[in-house]
Amino acid sequence: MVAIARGLERLGRLALRGFEDLGRLFSITGEFVLWAPRRPFDVREWFKQMVRVGFDSIPVVFLTCMFTGMVLALQTYKGFERFNAAGYVASVVALSLTRELAPVLTGLMVAGRVGSSMAAELGTMRVTEQIDALQAMATQPVHYLVVPRVGAGVLMLPILTLVGDAVGILGGWLVSVGMFGANSFVYWQRTYQFLEVNDVTSGLIKAACFGLILSVTGCAKGFHTTGGAEGVGRATTSAVVLGCLYILLSDFFLTKLLF
Amino acid sequence: MATSVAATAPKIRVVGLTKSFGDRRVLEGIDLDIMSGESLVVVGGSGAGKTVFLKHLIGLLEPDSGHVVVDGVDLSQASPAQALELRKRFGMSFQEGALFDSMTVFDNIAFPIRRHTSRSPAEVAERVRECLATVRLEGVERKHPAELSGGMKRRVGFARAIALEPEILLFDEPTTGLDPINTAAIAKVINRLGAREGVTSVTITHDMTLALRIADRVAMLRAGRIIALDSAQRFAATADPYVRAFLEGEVPVDEEEAL
Repeated sequence: MVAIARGLERLGRLALRGFEDLGRLFSITGEFVLWAPRRPFDVREWFKQMVRVGFDSIPVVFLTCMFTGMVLALQTYKGFERFNAAGYVASVVALSLTRELAPVLTGLMVAGRVGSSMAAELGTMRVTEQIDALQAMATQPVHYLVVPRVGAGVLMLPILTLVGDAVGILGGWLVSVGMFGANSFVYWQRTYQFLEVNDVTSGLIKAACFGLILSVTGCAKGFHTTGGAEGVGRATTSAVVLGCLYILLSDFFLTKLLF
Repeated sequence: MATSVAATAPKIRVVGLTKSFGDRRVLEGIDLDIMSGESLVVVGGSGAGKTVFLKHLIGLLEPDSGHVVVDGVDLSQASPAQALELRKRFGMSFQEGALFDSMTVFDNIAFPIRRHTSRSPAEVAERVRECLATVRLEGVERKHPAELSGGMKRRVGFARAIALEPEILLFDEPTTGLDPINTAAIAKVINRLGAREGVTSVTITHDMTLALRIADRVAMLRAGRIIALDSAQRFAATADPYVRAFLEGEVPVDEEEAL
């Protein structure tokens, strides 16, 4: 009996912590919306974060999407060849990249790169009283720290995804034309033939949402760090794990919504 | 010794302040009026709740019960905007400096000036130089906090706290880890700032020499309560055994058995 009760208690505590975490995400998102339009705008801070989230992530996104496009072409060619549809590899590559793979993979990669560093940075600032110091200097920490970071996430992820779309399709082209001797002109034609504007834009909307999710998770984890250096480590890890998890979960619902 | 205590309304009024972290009760009901223009020093052993008390005065922590009233405004009932406005009148230095480690020393001290005034870059630079000279530092403007020693960080933090010449100054252990000459210099600065009309300061320390040098009144905190509060002269001559032990650097009689 006691064991069952204790087990239930632990389960309850776990659930509570989960809800607390989720609540923090929403409260940080709410504060972001509240503070984003207010003065002063820290142009330098915004710029710095946009470079960090956007520009610095280009190599990672480039490689990820390039190889994904290549693998996609490789795999679908093998399958489609069996029923004489090898010519439609281009369409499959373009559709799956723009609608699904480029936004999700970009989101996951950036969550690993940037979400973690946001958590580590804000976490360190928290445990060394720098966030207290900001407040003591009459500066709202959410306004100064969270707004530029989340803003950069929301703005930069769609741009990175656009880069990923292009590079991934190029990767598919490389494999199709280079390895399987497909006609380059036909490949491009098939790429455009079935691609609609909505495919790209729905992918970009998803990307913006993922940018929001990963940066809010990183900031919330960092902001509520306790327990010194070890706490910063924990915050960093859970920022990545939860960030990726939330991206994958929300992906389903966003896809359903934008279908 | 700073100026005499002006017989006006209290600048900061603390009523029935209690605070716990988890199961640990840190403040057990503190009542204290801090007069406008006075220099109050709070002494006490490590873990007596000094820093927690100080953080309540500027609203960095919210009391579990009780109130902190600054200039007639109850901090726990102030709107975020009101609280921000109120904090512009404060300057606070932190135990470990709490310098922003992404910025140079210059940018750290310039931070509150740039944020809350519209001074020209030349005027900002002039003020930063002045502040650094007050804490006997020069030639460190371009350095990052990571390149400074602990004592230097603390002095830069002190310089940042006084940059805007605020009405209310809060110093958390301003001289811990400083050599005697720099300690004397800090004491002199606190006295000089306190001599200005209406400047109120609250300093936390366990250095009794510093306390008696700068205090109008001294309060002693032990286990979350104020156990002694008196003018500096009378405090130094007290008969209370615990306070005497603290003054003379001995183990109090009631704790001796434990050793």
